[in-house]
Amino acid sequence: MTVTTGSDTTPTPFGTDGAGGLPDLRLAFDAAEPDWLSQLRSRAVDVVAERGFPTLKDEDWRYTRITPLLDLAFEPAASRPVSSPSPALIDELCGTSGGSRLLFVNGRFMPELSQLPEPAPGVRITNLASALSERRPVVQPLLEASFGARRHAFWASNVASAQDGLLIELSPDAVVEEPVRVVHYCDPAGTPVVAALRSMIVLGARSRVAVEETFIGSEGSVYLTNSITDVQLGPEAALEHFKVQLEPEAAFHLASMDVRQERGSRFVTNTASIGASIGRQELVVHLEGEGAEATVNGLYLPRGDQHHDCPVRVEHVAPGCTSRQLFKGVLDGHGQGVFNGHIVVHHGADGTDASQTNKNLLLSDRAEADTRPRLEIFADDVKCTHGSAVGQLEDDAVFYLQARGISKEEARSLLTYAFVNEVVDLVPDPSVGERLGRLVGDRLRGGSAGSGQ
Amino acid sequence: MLKIEDLHARTEGKEILRGVDLEVAAGEVHAIMGPNGSGKSTLANVLAGRDEYEVTRGSVLYEGRDLLSMEPEERAVAGVFLAFQHPVEIPGVGNLYFLRTAVNSVRRARGQSELDPMSFLSFSDERMKLVEMDRSFMSRSVNEGFSGGEKKRNEILQMAMLEPKLAILDETDSGLDIDALRVVAEGVTALRSPDRAMVVITHHQRLLDYIVPDRVHVMSAGRIVRSGDASLAKELEANGYGGLGPSGDDQAVAVGAGR
Repeated sequence: MTVTTGSDTTPTPFGTDGAGGLPDLRLAFDAAEPDWLSQLRSRAVDVVAERGFPTLKDEDWRYTRITPLLDLAFEPAASRPVSSPSPALIDELCGTSGGSRLLFVNGRFMPELSQLPEPAPGVRITNLASALSERRPVVQPLLEASFGARRHAFWASNVASAQDGLLIELSPDAVVEEPVRVVHYCDPAGTPVVAALRSMIVLGARSRVAVEETFIGSEGSVYLTNSITDVQLGPEAALEHFKVQLEPEAAFHLASMDVRQERGSRFVTNTASIGASIGRQELVVHLEGEGAEATVNGLYLPRGDQHHDCPVRVEHVAPGCTSRQLFKGVLDGHGQGVFNGHIVVHHGADGTDASQTNKNLLLSDRAEADTRPRLEIFADDVKCTHGSAVGQLEDDAVFYLQARGISKEEARSLLTYAFVNEVVDLVPDPSVGERLGRLVGDRLRGGSAGSGQ
Repeated sequence: MLKIEDLHARTEGKEILRGVDLEVAAGEVHAIMGPNGSGKSTLANVLAGRDEYEVTRGSVLYEGRDLLSMEPEERAVAGVFLAFQHPVEIPGVGNLYFLRTAVNSVRRARGQSELDPMSFLSFSDERMKLVEMDRSFMSRSVNEGFSGGEKKRNEILQMAMLEPKLAILDETDSGLDIDALRVVAEGVTALRSPDRAMVVITHHQRLLDYIVPDRVHVMSAGRIVRSGDASLAKELEANGYGGLGPSGDDQAVAVGAGR
């Protein structure tokens, strides 16, 4: 097998010449894998080489410079020794209530630290690697779709290197009552690694489940998480998703979630970007069946030199669908936050009801918020609203609280918390909302993010 | 309790206070009246510590301490309370949480134990009766969507809960209908006490029908130009502020004139 990696003219550092960059993707290849998968991986390497990694010239990456990431010499995560977080930390992240919990360390499933339910009829909750061959009819098309023209090279890179991830498949009418809690932990043990994860959530008609994901790593460590999640919701299926990105502040986090919704299905996601040096959470929702609903909310809280990027694209393809977006950013220090929100109402998607709100609070003169709401409407009879704002704490409000005996510092943190609380309040599950409130509160009081142990 | 001497203050390059002298003893209620632009609200804000005003001369002693060197929150925990003319709306902060944080900040500073949520609730229930508020106010965001009367009642509630030694009421009567005025005035009256001083700033005489002051002062052009007992307010009601000397932009504004 001959694989071409990189060229002289495109920015495709693979590190094959030992000059830094992402690892040679072929290093992660496993000879024992089935042929169809090996072939996909080879093709993925070619696609990465053809496209090159995004630069500031790419519309969707205009504000996110990934050169710091490409300058580092990474190794594939699998080649490093694997440690694991303490059981106490896992309990803290997952809670101790029942339900499934899956722990991944450096992109690999850790069965001994996970808890999977007794198989129930119509419910499959497992790790992708263990179900690859059996579930090829589901997995292969989703992997192949990663090469789509609109998809940047990190998708193909993910196909080339991801070994594992979450797999949830529900048959029609299956209901999982307890949330599925997933923790992704990374401990690169000194050398920067890439932890690539591929997760798939495929829900049959009228089935429903809630998924909570936490990304975390050993304190001060440097690594790249490249996580892609494919979601497919059958007619009237419902997914409640929650994700908190708490990577150490020297790590990189690039994640994409691609959601396809059929008739009457319901998708709710709340993402909180707290950690990482560069953290990007991309969300694309395709409303393909009539009456589907999507609620896409998020928070980003960069400080120091952190950069958080939240590109969101909602495609209204079918008529009568509803989408809601609320993203709020709190930017401190030299932090930068980007909200790139795009609503596309396709021809024929009449009766669309779409809204998008982005608000940013600057706590420092050196912080930066870039907000780019975009609407493209090709249908009639649609209701679309969007708004964005960038502001600072109001002096009047700070003084009002001070005049009641509350210190200036506490007043500022109270008002900042109030600003983000609107998003926290929208989390459907009260216990998840409480956890998010706690994480955000800790963070705004100056606590560290991404302290793994 | 409060001793103001030759206080000068300016904002945005404009001198607003031009030598205020005022002394208020514990247990006394002083009313400060005067036309718009005479500096009444500026005085209230300078006393509370709003930093957009720059004090250029003079001194303020509060219980023997240099009030002007204290941060706004230090003043508050030391017992200075300003009822705002325009209470600030704070979306996202619940009134209950706000009040408990404020009460506990003050209690901490006074060496008292903090109130747990349950004891706080019974304390606030009791004080809310004073201004005819019910618990539904507590679950709303601070002043958000409150009517003018509700905002002012919320101010008096805060005063009742923080138990200040020196309360400054800045145009608490403005924008109130007669029922709301009665509720607010009764609340204030109930809080009169021998160890609490009050400075009631008002543009109108009608509030003073309810809260009868010990002393009445008239401000004009950044100074106190006349002082007297409660009868002075009646006199002003009858004759207006005319003839009090220059009063900034608008001389001789009738008492009760719209703004």
